[in-house]
Amino acid sequence: MAEANPILEPIKEKLGAQILEIFQVHGDDVLMLAREGLRESFRALKEDKRLGFDFLSDITAVDYWKKKEPRFEVVYQLVSLQRRRRLRVRVPVPENDPAVESLTPLWPGANFLEREVWDLFGIRFIDHPDLRRILLYEEFQGYPLRKDYPVNLCQPRVPERKVEGTFVDERSQNKLLRLKRELGNRA
Amino acid sequence: MGPSHPATHGTIKFNLKLEGEKVLDCDVEVGFLHRGFDKSCEQATWTQVIPYTDRLNYASSLINNVGYAMAVEKLIGVETPPRCQYIRVIVSELARIFDHLTCCGMASSELGAITVGFYMIEAREMIMRIVESLTGARLTVTYVRIGGVKHDLSPDFSARVAQAFKIIRKLLDDCDRLLSRNRIFIDRMSNVGIISQETALSYCLTGPILRATGVNYDVRKAFPYLIYDQLNFDIPLGTKGDNYDRFVCRIQEIEQSMRIVEQALERLPVGPVWIEDPRFVLPEKEKVYNSIEGLMHHFKIIMEGIHVPPGETYFAVEGGNGELGFYIVSDGGGRPYRIRVRPPCFIAMGAFHQMIKGYMVADIVPTFGMINMIGGECDR
Repeated sequence: MAEANPILEPIKEKLGAQILEIFQVHGDDVLMLAREGLRESFRALKEDKRLGFDFLSDITAVDYWKKKEPRFEVVYQLVSLQRRRRLRVRVPVPENDPAVESLTPLWPGANFLEREVWDLFGIRFIDHPDLRRILLYEEFQGYPLRKDYPVNLCQPRVPERKVEGTFVDERSQNKLLRLKRELGNRA
Repeated sequence: MGPSHPATHGTIKFNLKLEGEKVLDCDVEVGFLHRGFDKSCEQATWTQVIPYTDRLNYASSLINNVGYAMAVEKLIGVETPPRCQYIRVIVSELARIFDHLTCCGMASSELGAITVGFYMIEAREMIMRIVESLTGARLTVTYVRIGGVKHDLSPDFSARVAQAFKIIRKLLDDCDRLLSRNRIFIDRMSNVGIISQETALSYCLTGPILRATGVNYDVRKAFPYLIYDQLNFDIPLGTKGDNYDRFVCRIQEIEQSMRIVEQALERLPVGPVWIEDPRFVLPEKEKVYNSIEGLMHHFKIIMEGIHVPPGETYFAVEGGNGELGFYIVSDGGGRPYRIRVRPPCFIAMGAFHQMIKGYMVADIVPTFGMINMIGGECDR
């Protein structure tokens, strides 16, 4: 932007080489970031005093299949609670290696949001502590929000899963054994 | 625990790690109600998405309607006339009261205060009757349209609201007397499910759960939309961030919402409730039936959908449970390219293990109740 913007100028200074593009659209500040060193960029956005985007509002992705290259874009919505400003960060991700660094170390709340993006788009989050499917089930094939996933595709039924773990903890197990022993002796 | 448990209204499963009755860890499984909201939206026209948004948080479907319509309007770049904005504020606040009453009533009846549950359902019924008289439906209302609202308020709307609020205030007074000195209720709510300010912020929580920890973040005040900056209302804040604070925050927000509705009804300006732009608004029925231009116009909008200029935007409103954001991408056609909802209670379920760690199994019930998880919104 031509006029000095109190939010965008410090970002430009701070993140310099990481920025692909920075602009305003419909009154929103949008920042396009390179995916290399993404976590460090976000750490700067979060912890730098002049920026202070300390609240992560949302993570999602968009699939621009046959429309844009690289194919995916991961979209982050940041809020600065002090300055009452929003910032949208878009990170292009190529199709052949769909992976970005996880933000879970910075915001633990990113855990669920990143799992959802993995579940529906198949974009991996590097160093994520627990990258499992969240809305769908483990046996589901494919990633439904990709544009090349047909809407009316049916998935096969899955066999019933065995419940892991036990409903009895050790102490009651011991109690049960003891009772059996005592009763056995008496009988 | 779950997925079908009387206290988990909505299907959700908690995989608990217990020591006796103490919860050591909790892994939340969501997604039982996943029906592909995002994917279905991509098949529908922009207008056809509005009924889908009803089914997100069905306790406050009017707020979802308003949020979605305003996100699309932001992308188009139009602003609705003042009367429409006032009506949207009124209906969103009614929906917020409805949402809070549902949450508090259900949560207290699960703790044995079944009278309070019934009282709050009665108060909710008052709101529901107003909504029904206005929109013709009770839950899935589809009242707000892109560029306006379905129709204007009825002439006796203010009188109905005034009468309903009188009854609701009395019922809430009764509930207050039943609960605020009630040993059982306070013992089960107070100091249970505590989450600190820093943890709440790092887990991206919003709404009453965040405000109960003392963080003053409400989208209506932080990023004012519609006419919220002209109205006089307070944001109730808690101190400890336990279940009792959440409960009190919600109850006080009901009072604040009633204040907002009363102010808005007092200042309600006269004028149209639709924008005047033939690209987005259906023509009057008289023109449709009597002229070929009107018929063509109607046909184009219904069959092709309105054309939203290409681009992307994010717009957030304050829903009953927190920041309800819509991120929409358009490729210029009559159908959305991508619609993403930021679901506040899905994110709250992501922080549930932090709230419940170290408490008893029985504490799951009030903690989960105060999140007000709505399956339709959580799992989409």
